[in-house]
Amino acid sequence: MFHGKAHKVGAHIDTDAIIPARFLVTTDPVELGANCMSGLEPGWVEKVKKGDILVAGENFGCGSSREHAPVAILGAGIPVVAAHSFARIFYRNGFNMGLTLLEIGDGVEKIKDGDELRVDADAGAIENVTTGETIPCAPVPAFMREILEKGGLAGYVKDAIAKRA
Amino acid sequence: MRRTLAEKILAEKSGEEDVTPGRIVRCPLSLVLANDITAPLAIKAMAKMGADAVFDREKVVIVCDHFTPNKDIDSAEQVKFCREFARKMGLVNYFEGGDVGVEHALLPELGLVGPGDVVVGGDSHTCTYGGLGAFATGLGSTDIGAAMALGETWFKVPPTIKVVLTGKPAPFVGGKDLMLRLIGLIGVSGALYKALEFTGPLAASLSVEGRMTMANMAIEAGGKVGLFAADDTTAVYASAHGRQNAPLLAADPGATYEREVVIDATNLSPQVACPHLPDNVRPVEELSSITIDQAVIGSCTNGRIEDLRVAADILKGRKVAKNVRLIVLPATPGIWKEALREGLLEIFMDAGAIVGPPTCGPCLGGHMGILAGGERAIATTNRNFKGRMGSLESEVYLASPAVAAASALTGVITHPSAI
Repeated sequence: MFHGKAHKVGAHIDTDAIIPARFLVTTDPVELGANCMSGLEPGWVEKVKKGDILVAGENFGCGSSREHAPVAILGAGIPVVAAHSFARIFYRNGFNMGLTLLEIGDGVEKIKDGDELRVDADAGAIENVTTGETIPCAPVPAFMREILEKGGLAGYVKDAIAKRA
Repeated sequence: MRRTLAEKILAEKSGEEDVTPGRIVRCPLSLVLANDITAPLAIKAMAKMGADAVFDREKVVIVCDHFTPNKDIDSAEQVKFCREFARKMGLVNYFEGGDVGVEHALLPELGLVGPGDVVVGGDSHTCTYGGLGAFATGLGSTDIGAAMALGETWFKVPPTIKVVLTGKPAPFVGGKDLMLRLIGLIGVSGALYKALEFTGPLAASLSVEGRMTMANMAIEAGGKVGLFAADDTTAVYASAHGRQNAPLLAADPGATYEREVVIDATNLSPQVACPHLPDNVRPVEELSSITIDQAVIGSCTNGRIEDLRVAADILKGRKVAKNVRLIVLPATPGIWKEALREGLLEIFMDAGAIVGPPTCGPCLGGHMGILAGGERAIATTNRNFKGRMGSLESEVYLASPAVAAASALTGVITHPSAI
C-alpha cells in the first residue's frame, strides 16, 4: 500500500530526462536520486517528498537501458510509478530494482498533478483521494510476481544458483 | 505452426514448441554484453546474487566504449572496476584500450555475434545485431548480471510488425532514411514491446551495414528487436568476419503478423529527425533554413566504413563551413585503419574535420563534442532527446552520413545532391 502526492509528467519521458548521462559516473542511489528528472526540469526533485507517487503518460522510460533511471526514482524517495504504458526495458528494470510499476492506460487522465493517491498494488487499484475516484490498473503479470516474491531479481537468481549447487 | 523470424529463433534456442506472442520463454544465451556504464551495476548485482563466476568466460563480453578514453576520474574508476572484474573472471573478450570500438560495431566485426544467436546486452542498442539475423535486445544491469551468472534469461514472445521495404531509392537515400521514415510513421512507441521484421525486395538488396543501421534504431520505435532474414548477403559477411557455416534464416511463409507497414523508397528524400524525439521526422528539403554549429559522423548507428565512404565522397576537396565543427569518429579500430588505408581520414582532415577515436562520446552527451546552450548539431547518431548531446538548451537533428557531411559544408541542413 502506497500513499502520497501525485507528481505528473507527460508522455515519452525518456531516460535522459529521468537521469542525464553526465550523472552516470556513479551507481549511488542517493546521488542519482538528487538529480532525478533533472533532464526534464532542473531541480524537479526538490518538490518530491518521500513516498510520493510519479504519474506519467505513455511509453514512460523510453530510450537507454540505464538501470540508473529506476534507481534515481527510488533514490528520490518515489516507490511507485503509475503510467499509461512503460517502455519495455524500463518495465523489466523497475521490477528488478524493486520499483512498483502500474499500467493504468487512460486512467492516467483521472489524476492531476498534486492529487493525493492511495495505491493498492496487490488488489490492482488506485484511489484518488482528492477526487474520490477509483482507477483500476492491470494486474502485475504472474512471472513478475514470482520475481517480486523473491525480493527482486537478485533474490530470484540467488535461489536459482543455490538450487544448481 | 508458421512462425515469424522472432518466434523461429526463440523456439529454436529455447526448445519451446509454443512461442505464440505473450508466452514467456526461458532461453539460453549465445552472448551477454555490458559496457563501462552498465557493467559496474551488473557486477554489483552478481555479487548480491551470490554469483562468484560467469557462466562462460568467452561469452560474457565487456566493452568500455561510452566514456572512454576515460573522460574524468569517476569514469576512470568505473572502467577500473570493470577491468578488475574481467581479470578476476578471466574474460576473454574484455575491451578498454586500443582494441575498443563502439560495442555494436565491434561485436559483429569480430564475429562475436551472428545469425540465429540470442544476445542480451546492457545497452538499448543491442538490437543492432538483428541486422545479422540475431535475436538481440537490451536489458538493464540487474538482468544482465543474472544473465552473466546463469547464461539464460526470460523473454515474453513479442508480436511482430512486418515492415516491407520496397522501391528504388534515389542517390543519398539509405538505411538511415528508411528507418527514420518508419519511426516517423509509427512513432516512438509504435513498436512498444514488439518485434520489427524487415522484409521486401529492398531489404534483400541492403548491405549488412545498412541493415544494422536500421535494426539499431528499432528501440527508437520502442521495439524489442529489429530483425532481417539471414540470407546470402549475411552469410558472406559472417564468413568474412570469422563465422563460417552461419545458418540461413527466414520467417515461415504465412506466419501471423500484428500489422504490416510498407516503406516505399520511391521518391523518398533523405529524412531528418528534428528535436526532441526521433519520430519528429521531416524530409531534408524542409529544413534548409536550420543552421548548425556541429556535425557528428559516427556511433553504433552510422560509424561504419560504408558510412565514412559516403561522407568522404561528399567532403572530398571541399571545406567545412566556417564556425562549424565536424567531428568524425570511426566506430572501431578496424574501421579507423580501413579509413586510413583508403585515404578517407586525409579527406576528412583536409576538409577541416576533427577525427577522433572510436567512442560513443558525444552521442549520449558524454564527451568529445558536447553542445553549449543554444547550439545545434546534426548527427548520424540515434537519439535527439532534450539535452542528449549536452546543454538542455541545445538541439540535435538526426540524419544520414550524407546529410551530415553536406550540412557541415554549408552550415545549414542540406540535401547532399545540392553539393
